[in-house]
Amino acid sequence: MVKYFLGLNELKSSWDQVFAAFWQRYPNPYSKHVLTEDILYREVTIDHKLLTRRLLTKTNRLPRWAERFLPANVAHAVYVLEDSIIDLHKKTMTTYTWNINHSTVMSVEERCVYCENKDNKNWTEVRREAWVSSKVFGFSRPIQKTPRVIEFGLARFKSNVTKAMKGYDYILARMQGDIPARTLVETAKEATEKAKETALAAKEKAKDLASKAATNKKQQYV
Amino acid sequence: MNSVGEECTDMKREYDQCFNRWFVEKFLKGECSGDPCNELFQRYRHCVLKAIKDKEIPVERIEFMGQSKDKPESSDGS
Repeated sequence: MVKYFLGLNELKSSWDQVFAAFWQRYPNPYSKHVLTEDILYREVTIDHKLLTRRLLTKTNRLPRWAERFLPANVAHAVYVLEDSIIDLHKKTMTTYTWNINHSTVMSVEERCVYCENKDNKNWTEVRREAWVSSKVFGFSRPIQKTPRVIEFGLARFKSNVTKAMKGYDYILARMQGDIPARTLVETAKEATEKAKETALAAKEKAKDLASKAATNKKQQYV
Repeated sequence: MNSVGEECTDMKREYDQCFNRWFVEKFLKGECSGDPCNELFQRYRHCVLKAIKDKEIPVERIEFMGQSKDKPESSDGS
């Protein structure tokens, strides 16, 4: 069984900014589920198209009821391939993304087309289609209903789309200078950590001095 | 962003930096002759392909945009 999804999103930046940001999307505050990113293949064709294949590793948090479908020794990370074509003449970017492991339990395929918004050239439209399927059938529900694993897959997909768009907006804002490279929260967090470390070091030093002083005292008695 | 092969991350960052500059300054402006980052890419790619082999990640023999071509446009698919 395959569940189909269609969604339209708008990015409030021009197509060239969006395409440039596409290669700098990770990491961002909304991409904690993306662990690694690699470029496996890249080619510029004679008609000015850029072809790229990326490999992404993502976390695969499953609800407990779904974990039984995975063998205990199987790696939990999901490997995802993302092929893309940027067509400079048409000002479009087409991406096709799908998982290459755990696909018996759940397969998510996504195709996105990014293009200039016809009414506002400073905006970019994203047309997103996805197909969520599973070869595992739910036992607890009548067969005509959507298996639980697909419902879960679709819900997680939608939540990841929201994160992806938020992340995209964040990177676009940063590239346009609206957000400093390091957020205030990050800076504050780091300062707290450093303060803790300093306090700890001071405490250790004090202990050390105290013990030394004690030793000296003892020596005085001798 | 980190590479799947920890030992490749530095090479990847170096390549990414080169690519992103080329993409904005040349490719998007329609200047596509020459690839100044190819050497960096080959070095990084060699590293990452080895890591992929070691981790047995099944990336081989998959056609570019492969399965996408079989997908019907805007069907409900079920």
